[in-house]
Amino acid sequence: MSEMVGKLFGWVNSRLPVSNTFERHLSKHPVPSKVNFWYLFGALASVVLIIQIVSGIWLIMPYSNTEEEAFASIEYIMRDVDYGWVIRYMHTTGASMFFAVVYLHMFRGLLYGSYQKPKELVWIFGCTIYLAMMAEGFLGYVLPYGQMSYWGAQVIISLFGAIPYIGESLELWIRGDYYISGITVSRFFALHVVALPLVLIALVFLHLVALHEVGAGNPEGVDIEEHLDDDGVPLDSVPFFPYKVLNALVGIGVFMTVFAIIMFFFPEGGGYFIEMANFEEANPLVTPEHIAPVWYYSPYYAMLRAVPDKLGGLIVMGSAVAILFVVPWLDKSKVASIRYKGIYSKVALALFGISFITLGYLGTVSVTEVRKTMSVICTVIYFAFFLLMPIYTKYEKTLEVPKRL
Amino acid sequence: MQEKDNTRRKVLIGLTSAVGLSGIPFAATPFIAAWNPSAKAKAAGASVKLDVSKMQYGQQIQVAWRKQPVFVVRHTKESLENIDSALPKLADPNSDQIEEPYKGQNPTRSKSSEYTVMVGVCTHLGCSPKYHPEVEPKPWDASWAGGFFCPCHGSMFDMVGRVYKGVPAPTNLPVPPHFFDGSILTIGEDGGTA
Repeated sequence: MSEMVGKLFGWVNSRLPVSNTFERHLSKHPVPSKVNFWYLFGALASVVLIIQIVSGIWLIMPYSNTEEEAFASIEYIMRDVDYGWVIRYMHTTGASMFFAVVYLHMFRGLLYGSYQKPKELVWIFGCTIYLAMMAEGFLGYVLPYGQMSYWGAQVIISLFGAIPYIGESLELWIRGDYYISGITVSRFFALHVVALPLVLIALVFLHLVALHEVGAGNPEGVDIEEHLDDDGVPLDSVPFFPYKVLNALVGIGVFMTVFAIIMFFFPEGGGYFIEMANFEEANPLVTPEHIAPVWYYSPYYAMLRAVPDKLGGLIVMGSAVAILFVVPWLDKSKVASIRYKGIYSKVALALFGISFITLGYLGTVSVTEVRKTMSVICTVIYFAFFLLMPIYTKYEKTLEVPKRL
Repeated sequence: MQEKDNTRRKVLIGLTSAVGLSGIPFAATPFIAAWNPSAKAKAAGASVKLDVSKMQYGQQIQVAWRKQPVFVVRHTKESLENIDSALPKLADPNSDQIEEPYKGQNPTRSKSSEYTVMVGVCTHLGCSPKYHPEVEPKPWDASWAGGFFCPCHGSMFDMVGRVYKGVPAPTNLPVPPHFFDGSILTIGEDGGTA
């Protein structure tokens, strides 16, 4: 029996690089021996991606992408489809969790310089994934055709209207109608379930291939390639499988527990994960009292509102995301990790974190004079963090990085 | 010899690529054009025509255009004479804060000196303001000069849809593109003679 299995495996293996790939990317792939919990979020993001794909496929089946039936089909999923509510809440919780782990994953990058040479491309693919996720999340939010779907989409699509000359025709082209109708919903549906998932999966693949080419980082910023054993394997490394996989499973267990608690007990997240207005069907004639995006876009929404000019707001919002792509070239520091960087970098990163979270809060509440001033201050800090990076990372005093991990 | 071969090859590669690339806009056309409003969407969002000569003086009617209610008002002589009677109370009497399509043509804000055409959606939160043409004290305004009152949050507009000061609505009711052909009013097009 086992001989037959062995033979079969040999047959496959000589036609498909099974053991080669397994060894190269898992059992013999060296990863730094000492990392901390910050290094878990990449794995968690891929877990959420799988959850989103599976729950998404199951949601497509009962969902209807027409103006008349979209909203009703969501209620049908919630009430009449067996376990439909679990599948839907899995998907909505997954969306929020996806952004939560990706934000932590990105912060890890800033914390430990995970974008520094030679990992620029890993970082750029990552930023592109983030951009694709934002588009994916927005398109998905429109599909239930609730009040917030409609008016949120109205606000976002009208942003394109701020572009000079082509703005208005661009808006019409995106909607395919004179208001956000069934036509808009069905094209967003196609993009949400086919086009962007394909793009996302391709980008995740590139992100990982590039990462495996240059090797994972560590919180010390030590280059483990400097000290190799006789076989050319870094001395301060362990094989990805089984050490890191088993390690990650613990983190995944904790994460899944949190996920399940939210999914079963707080699926609406107090109006932050699914906004209350979205439990009403879209009505082009009645604007909700207060239009706010879901929490993961709110920092950018706060920036948009901080600028009095519509086009200016759009430019600021776009630049806030675009500037992430060039971080590898803004950081002039000799060291990667915050542990060995100087006081300027530490203060800058702390201020950046605080201002981003504050913007996130400000984007969910209504505007007052004080809040507007705060938004302006936080937006300035956000950009100053990046734009001043070449200066403060170059002229600050850094500590000596140890030779070994 | 080697160099000459390379040049010929480069030219050929260049030409072939250029021909191939020139096909991209053609191939992309159907995919981009398919996102334009379809014939069905255009028909549904097309202009609305109605005969306004049958309207009585002082009457207001509501027409649906692109899922929005559009108000048409035929003003009485008195109301046309007193069109600016609420002027001191108005926030933006000359519609400077919005894009006014027929600015300065008629005091009615429309292309006609008798009718006003405006989108009947409150610029505050999208409720539909109610028509109160009577010049008499009202619960919301003791010196009401006639106009529109929004029952949701109390925004007030005058007879031609200009917003009052100190109400939640930020701007005047917008005027949609329209034109008159005799007594036939077309909403949704401006007849090319703006």
